[in-house]
Amino acid sequence: MFGDYSLGDLGSIFVMQGFAGLILFSVYVLMALGLAIIFGQMGVINMAHGEFMILGAYVTWMTSNFFQSYLPSLFSGYFFLAMILAFVASGALGMLVEWVLIRHLYKRPLDTLLATWGLSLMLQQAYRSVFGAREVGVELPQWMLGSLHVTDSIEVPINGVFVMCLTVLITISVAYVLYMSRWGRQVRAVVQNRIMAGAVGINTEKVDRYTFGLGCGIAGVAGSAFTMIGSTGPTSGQLYIVDTFLVVVFGGAASLLGTIASAFSISQTQSTLEFFMSGSMAKVLTLLAVVGILMLRPQGLFALKVRK
Amino acid sequence: MIINSRFFNRSELMGFIALAAVLFVILPLTLDVFRLNLVAKYLTYAFVALGLVLCWGYGGILSLGQGVFFGLGGYCMAMFLKLEASSVENTKIQSTPGIPDFMDWNQITSLPLFWQPFHSLTFTILAIILVPGIFALIIGTAMFKRRVGGTYFAIITQAVAAILTILIVGQQGYTGGINGMTDLRTLKGWDIRPDHAKIILYFVEVVLLFVCIGIAQFIRLTKLGRILVAMREQEDRVRFSGYSVANFKIFAFCMAAVFAAIGGAMFALNVGFMSPSFVGIVPSIEMVIYTAVGGRMSIFGAIWGAILVNFAKTSLSESFPQLWLFGLGALFIAVVLAFPNGLSGLWADYVQPRIDRLFASRKSKSDWSGNSVADGAAPAE
Repeated sequence: MFGDYSLGDLGSIFVMQGFAGLILFSVYVLMALGLAIIFGQMGVINMAHGEFMILGAYVTWMTSNFFQSYLPSLFSGYFFLAMILAFVASGALGMLVEWVLIRHLYKRPLDTLLATWGLSLMLQQAYRSVFGAREVGVELPQWMLGSLHVTDSIEVPINGVFVMCLTVLITISVAYVLYMSRWGRQVRAVVQNRIMAGAVGINTEKVDRYTFGLGCGIAGVAGSAFTMIGSTGPTSGQLYIVDTFLVVVFGGAASLLGTIASAFSISQTQSTLEFFMSGSMAKVLTLLAVVGILMLRPQGLFALKVRK
Repeated sequence: MIINSRFFNRSELMGFIALAAVLFVILPLTLDVFRLNLVAKYLTYAFVALGLVLCWGYGGILSLGQGVFFGLGGYCMAMFLKLEASSVENTKIQSTPGIPDFMDWNQITSLPLFWQPFHSLTFTILAIILVPGIFALIIGTAMFKRRVGGTYFAIITQAVAAILTILIVGQQGYTGGINGMTDLRTLKGWDIRPDHAKIILYFVEVVLLFVCIGIAQFIRLTKLGRILVAMREQEDRVRFSGYSVANFKIFAFCMAAVFAAIGGAMFALNVGFMSPSFVGIVPSIEMVIYTAVGGRMSIFGAIWGAILVNFAKTSLSESFPQLWLFGLGALFIAVVLAFPNGLSGLWADYVQPRIDRLFASRKSKSDWSGNSVADGAAPAE
C-alpha cells in the first residue's frame, strides 16, 4: 500500500494525518482522563461517560447559537465560555448522578456498568426529546477555520493546534490537582484505603462526589472539542465509549501518563491508516491491534506495581 | 455418574412445568401466528440468557460480547439459507447468477472461498456450534490463562463486539453490510416463510430450549457447577485447592457462547434475516439486561426475563415510542439498585414462601426437609 508514494510524499502524509488526528487525540485524551479518574481511581465503570461528553457538546452548541443571535460581536470568543459552561454542566450532572446512583454501588463494580448503561439510555432519550433526533453542527469562529502552511505539502489545521494546546493545559492541571494539591492527596488516600482515610478525618463521601464530578466535567470539555470533528446527535457519545475504555485499559488503568500515551498511539494509528484504506477497516485494524496487545500484556502499557 | 437423587427439586420442578405449559400449550393456543413468531424471536434471546446464567450468574464472568456469538451462529445459519435462496434459477437477472444478491451489487463475480462450505447443511450445523465455540475458546484462553477477569474482561469482550460489527458493516460484499442477509426462503427445499412453517419452527425452538435447559441444569448440579460458584465467591481459594480456575472459566464461557449461537441460528430461521444490529455493543448489553432482570442466578428466571423484557419492549415501543428508552433505562437502574437477584429473587422472597406454607400445611414437613438434604449431597464422579 505504500508502493505508490515517494518517500517525501509518505513523510508529508504521516505529518498531515498526524495533525488531522490531533483533534481525535484530544477528544480521546479528555474522555479518557475523565474515565481514568472515575474507573482507574474509583473503580466505577461509567458507561454513560459518552453522554456526559455529548452534554458538553450540546452546551457548546447552545452557547454558539446564543452568541450568534445576541452577541455577534463577541462570537470569536464564544468557545472559551462554552468550554467552561460545558465543564460546569457535565460536572454538576455527574455530582447529581453520583449522589443518586453511584454511591450505592461502590462495592459492586460490574453493577455500576449495568446501572450507568441504563442511565445512558435515559440521557439519550432526554437529549432526543429536548434537542430533537437530528444531528446539530456548531459554527466555528473565523480565526479557527484556516490552516497554517508549514511547507508546500504540509498544512496544519488551526483548530487542531488550538484544541491540542487546550488538552495539554487541562491534562497538566488535572495532574497538578491530583498529585500536588491537598484535595488530590485526599482523593488518592480514599482510593487506597477508604476506611483509614475516613478515620483520619477525610470526608470520603464528599471526596467521591467531587472526584466523579471532575471526571464528568472533563468529559464535558471533551464534548466541546468534539463539536469540531463531528456533528452532535443524541447517540454520538455511544460511538466513543468503547474506544475510550480501550484507551484507558490499554494505558494501564490508574496511570495518567499511560492514558495519554495510549490515546496518542491509538488515535495516530487510526488517523494514519485512514489515509490508506477505508475508515471502517482502519478502525478494525486499530482495535484488533489494541485487543491483541492487551491479550499479551493485560496490565496495559504503564502498569503501577501494586500488590493485590 | 450419580448426580442428585432428583434432577430438579420441587420448586424447580414447578418452574419447569410452568414454563413447559406456557411455551408448549398456552401460548400456541392463545396467540395468532404473528405473535407466536414474535415469541419465537424473544425465545432466541432466552438461549443467550441461559448461557449468561452459567457464565455470569454461576461463574461470575460478565461477558458483554454475547452478541458476537449470537451473531456468529445467526450468520452461519443465514449464509446457508442465503446460498439456497440464491440458486441460479432465482438469480437469473443478476450479472453473475448463482451468488447472493448483495455480492452481485458489490461487483463480486464469484463466491468467496469461506462461503463455499455453507452449501452443506451438515457443515452449517457443525459451524453453528464450532465457530463460536472455538472463537470463545481462543478469547477465553488468552484472557483467563493470564488471569484477566472482571471488568477488564467485560471491556475487552465489548471491544470484540465493536470490532465484529464494524467488520460486518464494512465488508459489504462478503457479509451484506448494514442491511444484513435478507430474503431467506427455504431450508433444504422447505419453505420457512408460511404460517405452518413458523409454527413448526416455534416448536423446534422450544424443544431445543428445553434441551439446553437440561444441559444447564445438569452442569449446575454436578461438581462442575459447584466449582463455578466457589470460583465466583473465592477465586484464590479454589486455585489454592488445586483446581485450574482458568479452565473452568473457559468452559463456562464456551458453553455460554454455544448457547448464544444456537439462539442466533434459530433467530435467522424464525425471523428470516440476520443483520449486524444484533451483533454489536447495544444488543450485547441488552442480553445481559434480560438475564439481570430475570435473575442471574436462576435458569428459569433468566428465560422469563428474556421473554418479559422483550414483550415489554415490543408493546411499549408500539404504544409509547418516546417513553420506551426511559422505561428501559429506569428498569436497569431499578434492577441493579433494588433487587439484584431480579424477578426470580422477588419470587423466591415473596411468592415462594407462601406456596411453601400452602404445601407445608397440607403435607407433612418431613418430606420437605428430606428433599433439601438430598440437594446438599455432594455428587460423586
